[in-house]
Amino acid sequence: MSIQELGKQSATLEYTGEVHHHADGILGEQFETLEQQNTAYLIGMWAFIVQEVLFFGAIFTAYAVYRFKYVLEFTLAHHELSVPIGTLNTFVLLFSSYTMARAVRAAMQNRHTKQAFYLLLTFLFAGVFMVNKYFEYGAKFEHHLFPNAYYSAHEIVEHAKAKGELRVVVEDGREMYELGKTIRGEFKPFKKVSPEEFEQRTKLFFGFYFVMTGLHGLHVLVGMIVIAILIGRALIDHMKNKPIADYMPVEMTGLYWHLVDIVWIFLFPLLYLIGR
Amino acid sequence: MATTTYTGGQKQNYLNWKTTLASWLFTLDHKRIAILYLVSISIFFLLGGLAAGVVRAELATPKGDLLTSDVYNKMFSAHGIIMIFLFLIPSIPAVFGNFLLPLMIGARDVAFPRLNLLSWYVFMAGAACILIAILRGGIDTGWTFYTPYSSSFAKGEVSLAIVGIFLTGFSSIFTGINFLVTIHKMRAPGMTWFRLPLFVWAMYATSLIQVLGTPVVAITLLLVAVERTFRIGIFDPSLGGDPILFQHLFWFYSHPAVYIMILPAMGVISEVISAFSKRRVFGYHFVAFSSLAIAIIGFLVWGHHMYTSGQSMYAGIVFSFLTWIVAIPSAIKTFNWMATIWKGRVHWDTPMLYALGFMGLFVIGGLTGLHLAALATNVHLTDTYFVVAHFHYVMVGGAIMGYLAALHFWWPKMTGRMYPEGWGKLAALLVFVGFNLTFFPQFLLGYMGMPRRYHSYPEEWAVLNLLSTAGSTVLGLGYLLPVIYLTWSLKYGTVVTERNPWGARGLEWELVDTPPDPHNFERTPIVTRPAYDYNHPEEPTGFVPKPRPVVVGGKDG
Repeated sequence: MSIQELGKQSATLEYTGEVHHHADGILGEQFETLEQQNTAYLIGMWAFIVQEVLFFGAIFTAYAVYRFKYVLEFTLAHHELSVPIGTLNTFVLLFSSYTMARAVRAAMQNRHTKQAFYLLLTFLFAGVFMVNKYFEYGAKFEHHLFPNAYYSAHEIVEHAKAKGELRVVVEDGREMYELGKTIRGEFKPFKKVSPEEFEQRTKLFFGFYFVMTGLHGLHVLVGMIVIAILIGRALIDHMKNKPIADYMPVEMTGLYWHLVDIVWIFLFPLLYLIGR
Repeated sequence: MATTTYTGGQKQNYLNWKTTLASWLFTLDHKRIAILYLVSISIFFLLGGLAAGVVRAELATPKGDLLTSDVYNKMFSAHGIIMIFLFLIPSIPAVFGNFLLPLMIGARDVAFPRLNLLSWYVFMAGAACILIAILRGGIDTGWTFYTPYSSSFAKGEVSLAIVGIFLTGFSSIFTGINFLVTIHKMRAPGMTWFRLPLFVWAMYATSLIQVLGTPVVAITLLLVAVERTFRIGIFDPSLGGDPILFQHLFWFYSHPAVYIMILPAMGVISEVISAFSKRRVFGYHFVAFSSLAIAIIGFLVWGHHMYTSGQSMYAGIVFSFLTWIVAIPSAIKTFNWMATIWKGRVHWDTPMLYALGFMGLFVIGGLTGLHLAALATNVHLTDTYFVVAHFHYVMVGGAIMGYLAALHFWWPKMTGRMYPEGWGKLAALLVFVGFNLTFFPQFLLGYMGMPRRYHSYPEEWAVLNLLSTAGSTVLGLGYLLPVIYLTWSLKYGTVVTERNPWGARGLEWELVDTPPDPHNFERTPIVTRPAYDYNHPEEPTGFVPKPRPVVVGGKDG
């Protein structure tokens, strides 16, 4: 074979003979096969999750910096958070992850009512989480712990005094706070701060608390909206008696929901538990 | 998809198959979304250019006579914010990435067309926030939003601008996710990773940065807005915060963001250089991996913006070393481009002129970056016009030259019209001369110690500043010309109907109509040869074969 002929064989662009078709309206026009579409969705969702990890990662980093810098002030502020509500919410979210996993399983099996049922449970758990958050936030507003112009560290100081972790001393006619621990009835000071500094730093803690849990709560809300839409879709699939429906939306929402859960799994110890 | 015959005399293409406004605003076609981006960012480019013109006009004379210092601050901030967030970041990825990626890899569309359209709407919403913030009194923080100035002292709609940047950031993330998945999953049969055009490799590296970097700056700027609104001491030292933390978080994105701007331009240059030298890109694998290397190392160098701002000296040494390493993949690219041109049949068309301009200016921009990366010289040059000149050589001399090269190269494919070649060459020349005249004197000014961001300066720097302002006029004219003749060519340019007016390689030239069909390819192509297959004995002149019809039976079958 001459070099020209060889070249012709290797160098010509050809078309496939295949004509692509739409698999029951599930397959997007841009895809060739359902498998291609499903893996594309999965990679896309994982890329989005990586993005979310960096999104929360940056604020976790900032939080870590100040937790290290103002450890005593932050510890006292930690004590104002309600561990029972936080624990309850942790379990609520963990259960919602379980029901979400069951919903994904049901979707894969094309059992539409079962899917709708588990999605509804997930939705309700998310609702319980948000209601708990509402009461938790409300309590913070009431105690002037929301970090706006009405913020006051008064209650933190009172509670810390009662526990023997803070002492008020007068230095050159100025009030100062000594932060420390009472060991066998004797107060051991570790650090001395002015009331203004103490207020600023505990306010910083509550700033982080509200930004981090607020962003997380926003993610929960978005998840609830998507889940509500999916419930509607599952019910329509059921009424239309659809034998096969696209399970990928539920699968992807499931991935998202587990991410929301995992973020909380980090938030809970970082905000509520450490320092106790 | 069955090809319906368009009956208007002209062949059906993505431009004429539907013409209502709604068909544009709700389109899911990646090519139309690219055009939406093209129109919007062109407007933003002109706005940002106008602000730059005002800044240079003020600096023409040593006295601050044209603007008050306040207005001057707002002008350079508007220039920076518009140019970076509304033009450079979306420029090549959102316009040419969108238009070309599916065509280059043999796909009907990107993986997520609706996400693609959403990204444009989110971008426009963000742009609206930024422009409203600028119109309602302006922002004077500079594009860097350094704290505590931005969080505690700056007046004006800083928070609104931050919301705008947050939104454009998410638009950029959406584009990045879309491209990553598209490159992974949408390649035609036979289009292996090492048959991908280098533009696709560059877009892959860019998308990685968009997905990994942008969320960090989004949350950081959000924290600035929170600090402004609630007076929480996150970054303001007088409230117990740490301004250095802001700089760390900000530059963790904003240094890689420079590579979001330059990597796609490098991809364009690889395409243009090989098409106009009629040669395969020399060292294909090295050029491909150098894009990834730049993206990865680019994430480890942010501290070189902070040598003098209180960062640990030892951290500075490490960052300095890592910054020098970035020069290696950049040099690999440059030398490989030169080797591609060497012994090639070079055609001096407008895109090639821009590409050659890119190479020269990028080398100057990159090497002066090394002056700044070295600890000792950095102390002398920090926050002087040397820095301004350096990053304009990279961003304007690099990224915008690449953008203009791409615009001229793919213009006939996008519009079906040829731009006027003579005017194109004149504009390329004006841009090159004007650019150097504008920014080279700034290297000298910076070396002499002229600080950036001041609206007046001592008499002895008058001559060089006047030169720079004169150059900016030439540069402005050079940018205005393409706006005029490209718009003109839409109606009066030579009609291009052949698929491959440049005799270039790549699926978008060889298998896609000019302008492309709404569904890109008649059928999904099978790729049987590497990218840039110019050295083929069959077509020594760069002639492109017609796709061979599939014959069943007979002597071919």
